[in-house]
Amino acid sequence: MEFKDYYKILDVARDASPEDVKRAYRRLARKFHPDVSKESDAEVRFKEMKEAYEVLKDPEKRSAYDKFGANWKAGQDFQPPPDWRREQAFRGGPGPGGFSSASFGDAGDFSDFFETLFGQGQARGGFSYQAGGARNRGEDVNATITIPLDDAYRGATRTITLDVPEVDASGRMTRRKRTLNVKIPQGITPGKRIRLEKQGGSGADGAPAGDLYLTVEFDPHAFYRVQGSDLYVEIPVTPWEAALGRKIKVPTPGGPVDLKIPPGSNSGKTLRLKGRGLPGKPPGELYVELKVVVPPATEENVRTLYEQLESLDSSNPRARFGVQ
Amino acid sequence: MQDSPGEKMRGIVLDEHVTFTLHEFCHACGVQTELVVEMVEEGVIEPAEMQEDEWQFHGHALVRARRALRLVRDLDVNWPGAALALDLMDEIERLHRR
Repeated sequence: MEFKDYYKILDVARDASPEDVKRAYRRLARKFHPDVSKESDAEVRFKEMKEAYEVLKDPEKRSAYDKFGANWKAGQDFQPPPDWRREQAFRGGPGPGGFSSASFGDAGDFSDFFETLFGQGQARGGFSYQAGGARNRGEDVNATITIPLDDAYRGATRTITLDVPEVDASGRMTRRKRTLNVKIPQGITPGKRIRLEKQGGSGADGAPAGDLYLTVEFDPHAFYRVQGSDLYVEIPVTPWEAALGRKIKVPTPGGPVDLKIPPGSNSGKTLRLKGRGLPGKPPGELYVELKVVVPPATEENVRTLYEQLESLDSSNPRARFGVQ
Repeated sequence: MQDSPGEKMRGIVLDEHVTFTLHEFCHACGVQTELVVEMVEEGVIEPAEMQEDEWQFHGHALVRARRALRLVRDLDVNWPGAALALDLMDEIERLHRR
C-alpha cells in the first residue's frame, strides 16, 4: 500500500505544534471543502486532509505515526511492521476515544494506509444527535449531470456512470462503478438537484443505502442563454426591419415562431415571447433581444442609398454627449 | 465491475414544488429531529408551512440543511456561521447563473 505523508498533506513541518496543525487544517479545509471549493479535485483533497488531521491532531496516533521516521515519501510502497497490531491499541472500533470523523450517513472512507495502521474509520457518530437507525447507512453520493437544453425542454432519460462507495463483506470501504438510467424531468433548470433515494453508497450490516444527489447543469447552447426557466436569444435584424417594423421568424426550443418587430425598434430592444421558455408551472419566457446588423456599403448602388439616407436624416445619435 | 443500467430511475427535484414532512426531512438528512429543530431555530433553514401543526420543508431546505451539516462537521463552524456561509453561497450561485 502507499505511504501517506500526513505532514505534507497538511503542509506543516514534522515538529509543528498542535496549534499549527489545527490552523493548517482549518485553512486548507476552508479552501478545499467540497461545498465551498471550486477546485475540481476538492473532494479527494479534502478527504486526504481529514485523514491527515485525524492522525496529527491526536497525540497518540501522531507519535505512533512518527515512529516511521521522516525518510518515508508519499506514494512509496509501505508495509507496517509485523508487530504493529499488538503494540498499538487503536483497533477495536468506535467507542470513547474512538474516531469521530464521519457522520450522518457518510462513511469514514479513509485510505488503506490509515485503516491498516489505525483501524477503520468507522465511528459513524460525528453528530451526537445521529438517528439511531442511520448508523450504518450508506454514504450519500453527490454528482453532477450535464444535459443538453433540449432534454430539459422535452424530458429525457440519461445514462450516467458513478463511482459509488460500498461496504464489502468484511466491512471495508470499496468503490464500484454503477451505471444508472436517470429520468430527466421536463422543465428542469440549471443548478436544480434531483434526489434519488437509496441510490447512493450501500449500507453496512443490512442498513439502507445512502441517497444520490444529482446537480443538473446544461451544456452551453449555440444561441440560447438560460436563466432559471427563462431563455434569452439575440436575434440579428436589418436596419429597415428595425425601423419599419416587420414580421420575422425566430427560433424557439419548440420550433420557429413568428415575431412582430414594432416599427422604430433599436438594437438592444427586448421582446418577450410568453411561455416559450422551459416548460413548468408557470412556464418560462423566451426573451428575444434585437441586434441591428448593418449591411456593408460595398456595392455601388447600396452605397448611393446610404448616402441619400445620410443627406435626408438630420438626427444626432450623440446629442447627449454634446458632440456632433 | 460495472453493472448494466436497469430500469429508469425517477428522482425528485428538490425545488419549491416538493415538500417533506418533518419525519421525512430528518430521514433524508440522516439526523434526529432535535438537530432539525436546532437548524430552524438558528435560522439555517426555514420551514415552508405548517400542516396539521407539523413543519413542512421545501426541497431547497434539504439542500441547505445537508450543506450546513457538512460545514458544521468539517469546518467546526457554528449554526449562525453555517447560515451566513450558506446565504453567501446562495448569492454567489444566483449571480453566477445570471
